[in-house]
Amino acid sequence: MDTLLNWITANQQIIYIVILMIFVGIEVIGRVPSVLHTPLMSGANAIHGVVIIGAIIVMGKAEHDNYLALILGFLAVILGTLNVVGGFVVTDRMLEMFKKKKKN
Amino acid sequence: MEFNILTLCYLIGSVTFIIGLKMLSNPANARQGNLIAAGGMVIAILGTIFLYRDEAGNKLHNHGWIFGGIIIGSIVGTLAARKVKMTAMPEMVSMFNGMGGACAALISVVEFNHLVKEAALNSGTGVLYPPLSDLANNDSSLVMPAGQLLIILLGLIIGSVSFAGSMIAWGKLNGGIKDFSFKGQHIFNIVLLLVILGLAVFLVAETPSGSRIIFYIIFALSLLYGVFFVFPIGGADMPVVISLLNSFTGVAAACGGFLYDNKVMLTGGILVGAAGTLLTILMCKAMNRSLANVLIGSFGGDKTGAGSTKQQGAYKEISLSDAAVVMAYANKVIIVPGYGLAVAQAQHACHDLEKILNDKGVDVRYAIHPVAGRMPGHMNVLLAEADVSYEKLQEMEEANEEFPSTDVVLVLGANDVVNPAAKTDPASPIYGMPILDVEMAKLVIVNKRSMKPGYAGIENDLFFQKKTSMLFGDAKKVLQDLIGEIKNL
Repeated sequence: MDTLLNWITANQQIIYIVILMIFVGIEVIGRVPSVLHTPLMSGANAIHGVVIIGAIIVMGKAEHDNYLALILGFLAVILGTLNVVGGFVVTDRMLEMFKKKKKN
Repeated sequence: MEFNILTLCYLIGSVTFIIGLKMLSNPANARQGNLIAAGGMVIAILGTIFLYRDEAGNKLHNHGWIFGGIIIGSIVGTLAARKVKMTAMPEMVSMFNGMGGACAALISVVEFNHLVKEAALNSGTGVLYPPLSDLANNDSSLVMPAGQLLIILLGLIIGSVSFAGSMIAWGKLNGGIKDFSFKGQHIFNIVLLLVILGLAVFLVAETPSGSRIIFYIIFALSLLYGVFFVFPIGGADMPVVISLLNSFTGVAAACGGFLYDNKVMLTGGILVGAAGTLLTILMCKAMNRSLANVLIGSFGGDKTGAGSTKQQGAYKEISLSDAAVVMAYANKVIIVPGYGLAVAQAQHACHDLEKILNDKGVDVRYAIHPVAGRMPGHMNVLLAEADVSYEKLQEMEEANEEFPSTDVVLVLGANDVVNPAAKTDPASPIYGMPILDVEMAKLVIVNKRSMKPGYAGIENDLFFQKKTSMLFGDAKKVLQDLIGEIKNL
């Protein structure tokens, strides 16, 4: 019990962030019209590409003789970039069409 | 100073994600929202590369490798995203989502090896730390490494499931992988999941000397679970699955945030995890089913439902010229698009038909069912590509009010979303799903390639009703022929 309480105290900042973000996430898309479901899913998909930062840290910390870390890290950076860049570009392409149409 | 700037970068990143997501849920400024989030992402990434310092104050190195990876990823990602056809958009999203999941899993693999190496340096054995039962003796120094290992494992499991699942969803959507299920698969899946979780708990609590082997077994089983998790789920439910896997990847990214105490990863990941889960639930609600029902029920697999065994009457066909005449002389026509429209790439032909009918003074609308196609909003995106005006698209409730005053409804490759069994047959697997009440209109013309049932694998009474006429053929070809006929009138 003590250890659990200690853990909560030690990580309270993170726990607060998690709880608040859950509510923000739900609140922010709560009233989305179904027209925008696909772009929204695609946009959210791009945002979780933020995992690339972890890949960059892994890569940047890898020692020069640690080939496993280098190779996996390199692969992770590529995959993460694909997620970010591909995600944002696809979303932009979808939304571009909505935009064009509004002018008509 | 530098580190403070990095904190600021991450703060900007987190805020832009929230604002971006908020703006994405409003048609007027969705595009700017996407760009804002992308801008925040660039700031966070550049900040990490140049300003990040680990606990010991060391900067990151291997910049060549990092930029090499980013450049390769950017080129491939941009090309793939630019080249992909609008109809293949759902597959693409699933694919990119899988990449994110794989990225999270790889990070976990590297960090685990890092942990093992450190432990070997410290203690000289392969054991990561003494068994957690020592916690009872108030050895709280164990909490840190145990927590770290737990988060690494969580990132690994969720990331792998998301990756393998997304790849299967991708294969299913582009037709490469067929639905596949065997007897007792749900029990197999549950057992598999329990084994994975059991191994993970065992690894964290006992830290046996063969921890590396157990780690890779967990990795392999998680991939396997991802495959079997998506395999039995029918194509009609793919939108729900992709949305769910999307939120999984968000949580996997958040695990990375825990691991590195990185706030932007944490906020971005949890934000997507929460929003994605809500979106998943909204989609399930649109089909009037619970999430558990979607995941366990495997829609397409069970074809023995009472609805499909019922004797069907005869259907009647309508000729192209007859169809052209009734549509050209109608007052109001509503088009109900479905996946068949996407498959046939008929969105432009559809818009042409709308224009020519408009010239004849016909009021043409589109009725969009929330789950028509393979993704929510799939039809909207598709029709938007063909320049169909926003005001012409009607959501389900709106359209259902219009049907009674409509002369002709043209169903283009849609099936389950107009199946009256959802209202009348409690034994039907789609019973309770809100549908488009097309049978309220005076005449219904259904364009399909054949009499084959839709993705849910059930017969559709609508096709056998008196006011329904069938117009067989590929949607694009039929539409072009219809346009030709109307021109000749």
